[in-house]
Amino acid sequence: MAVETGRSVAKAADAEGIRGRGHRPGKKPGRLRRTFATHWYAWAMVAPVVTVIGVIVGYPLVRGMYLSTTNANEANVERHIGVNDIPATYESVGLDNYRAILSDGVFWDRLTWTVVWTVSCVALSFALGLALATMLNRKLAGRSFYRMALILPWAVPAFVSVFTWRLLFNEKKGLLNKLLAGGGIDAVPWLNDPTWAKISVITVNVWLGVPFMLVAMLGGLQSIPGELYEAAEMDGANAWQRFRHITLPGLRTVASTVILISGIWTFNMFPVIFLLTRGGPGDATEILVTYAYRLSFVVSPRDFAGSAAWGVLILALLSIIAVAYRRALRKQGEVW
Amino acid sequence: MTTVETKETTPAEPASAKKRRPRGREERGPLASVALHVTLLLASAVAVLPPLWLLVTSFKPQSEAFSTDLVKDFTFGNYDHVLNDTEFPNWLLNSLFVVGLTTVIGVFISATTGYAVSRFKFPGMRPLMWLLLITQMFPVAVLIVPLYNLLASLGLLNQPVGLVVTYLTIAVPFCAWMMKGYFDTIPVEIDEAGRVDGLNPFGTFWRLIVPLAKPGLAVTGFYSFITGWAEVAYASAFMTGEENLTLAGGLQTFVNQYTSDWGSLTASAVIVAVPAAVIFGFAQRHLVSGLTAGATKS
Repeated sequence: MAVETGRSVAKAADAEGIRGRGHRPGKKPGRLRRTFATHWYAWAMVAPVVTVIGVIVGYPLVRGMYLSTTNANEANVERHIGVNDIPATYESVGLDNYRAILSDGVFWDRLTWTVVWTVSCVALSFALGLALATMLNRKLAGRSFYRMALILPWAVPAFVSVFTWRLLFNEKKGLLNKLLAGGGIDAVPWLNDPTWAKISVITVNVWLGVPFMLVAMLGGLQSIPGELYEAAEMDGANAWQRFRHITLPGLRTVASTVILISGIWTFNMFPVIFLLTRGGPGDATEILVTYAYRLSFVVSPRDFAGSAAWGVLILALLSIIAVAYRRALRKQGEVW
Repeated sequence: MTTVETKETTPAEPASAKKRRPRGREERGPLASVALHVTLLLASAVAVLPPLWLLVTSFKPQSEAFSTDLVKDFTFGNYDHVLNDTEFPNWLLNSLFVVGLTTVIGVFISATTGYAVSRFKFPGMRPLMWLLLITQMFPVAVLIVPLYNLLASLGLLNQPVGLVVTYLTIAVPFCAWMMKGYFDTIPVEIDEAGRVDGLNPFGTFWRLIVPLAKPGLAVTGFYSFITGWAEVAYASAFMTGEENLTLAGGLQTFVNQYTSDWGSLTASAVIVAVPAAVIFGFAQRHLVSGLTAGATKS
């Protein structure tokens, strides 16, 4: 893993160059041309990505923000029915959508559950991944067998796994309840009771997430120099002390990264909830993302403006996390 | 390779051992060994059981989908039904088309970007890296409605091409980060040698670096492949009409509030999972280093 510290980066002011060249007062054209001559290779290489992101992310983003300040819904956006074009009739309502969302309990309920969902999924899969990685990272008969078996869930496309879990969770006839019945335990309404549904979606997401954690942690463990452990052993440190004072600090960088990444993924985890419970029963398992999706594609009339406003709020929340993360990176000396 | 011992060994140690020096890393009592294997076996069983059950169920007759027997009346009936009597082959083709195109375009443009970001200091690099990072965390919800409108106005709804374009926005930012991580591990001296021999930066990239970066490209390709193969939200929203669906959307039609054709679902799910699992088997070793290399800096 090459680390990019110390590479000097273009000054922030110059960084504007790629979009609006030379709008800085006092910049002479000669210098501009020189800049272009030096850097056009690099610019040509990044141009496709900038274009793709600009057109397919930038434009919709700006438009989404605009929509969130209107009352657009299915009934008043522009439509084509046969050969007739019906023009849009929605109008600007300012920040009313945001005001409505933030003063309504639904948003805060969904937000609370989304945070609970994200934290418990990430914490559980991290703990399990770390525990299993520690067990696998030693001399052990059948090591590669265990490794293969444990990362199998990662190899199966998530939506396939989710369907499989629905089969297992089936209340009347599913395998899990039949196993419970064998032990004399009453059937559990896995997906039909609000609390059990929450437990079920978390279970499935943890099951999906452990392999990634396991593999990342194995990589992290193997990058810790063995000499450290030897030295600690010489000093008489026991297994727990070695784990506490060598392993955990050694894993810090990798761990903080995977926790952030999987936190963002989980926060936005659409398929598990959408396919397992459709957000139900009621809206017990609906996270912010699936709720916003429901507003624009499930309910009728489709509430485009409301959905966009939810989206913007979600993005704002995530940006705060990203900024905090970058601060943390800076403290570790990682600068770009 | 370093090995680490957890506290697991402690309960296994006999009382007299307490007086000895702490147990070393390569040693382990017999009880601890048993506990370790039991734990790992249990975890493996939990990991393997759902996919295995899927496979088993797919070979049962439709009426027996929920029986707990291992296969009693072994049948290929579900596979036969799915491949011949449903739209499944169409979905498969749609998915293959979308995924193939996404992978090829995605790998190419994220490789050039990753290379530029890894090798050149240029104005705009910092905001670009930021852009790629921020795009990774975009929730589906912000973009989906405007994208829906955009695709509608371009006539790309229900067109696989529309999905390709959408998936690029998911795959490319992350892939570019992974490629940057990979290129960073290739010594700059190779570029310099190329330049001395008279290659321009494109030539260096194409003739020297790309061949060296094949493992990285493979991982990026795999990531793009999985992104397209398993995406649900955009596919469900942008594709309607049974024959236009991709796999993720199509499989939902087998089991919804009106029908529950578990036989067809399991058979098609197996057909979907097997190629993904096989490719994953080849890629996973590199996948990990690629993921962490790209991730530690994003």
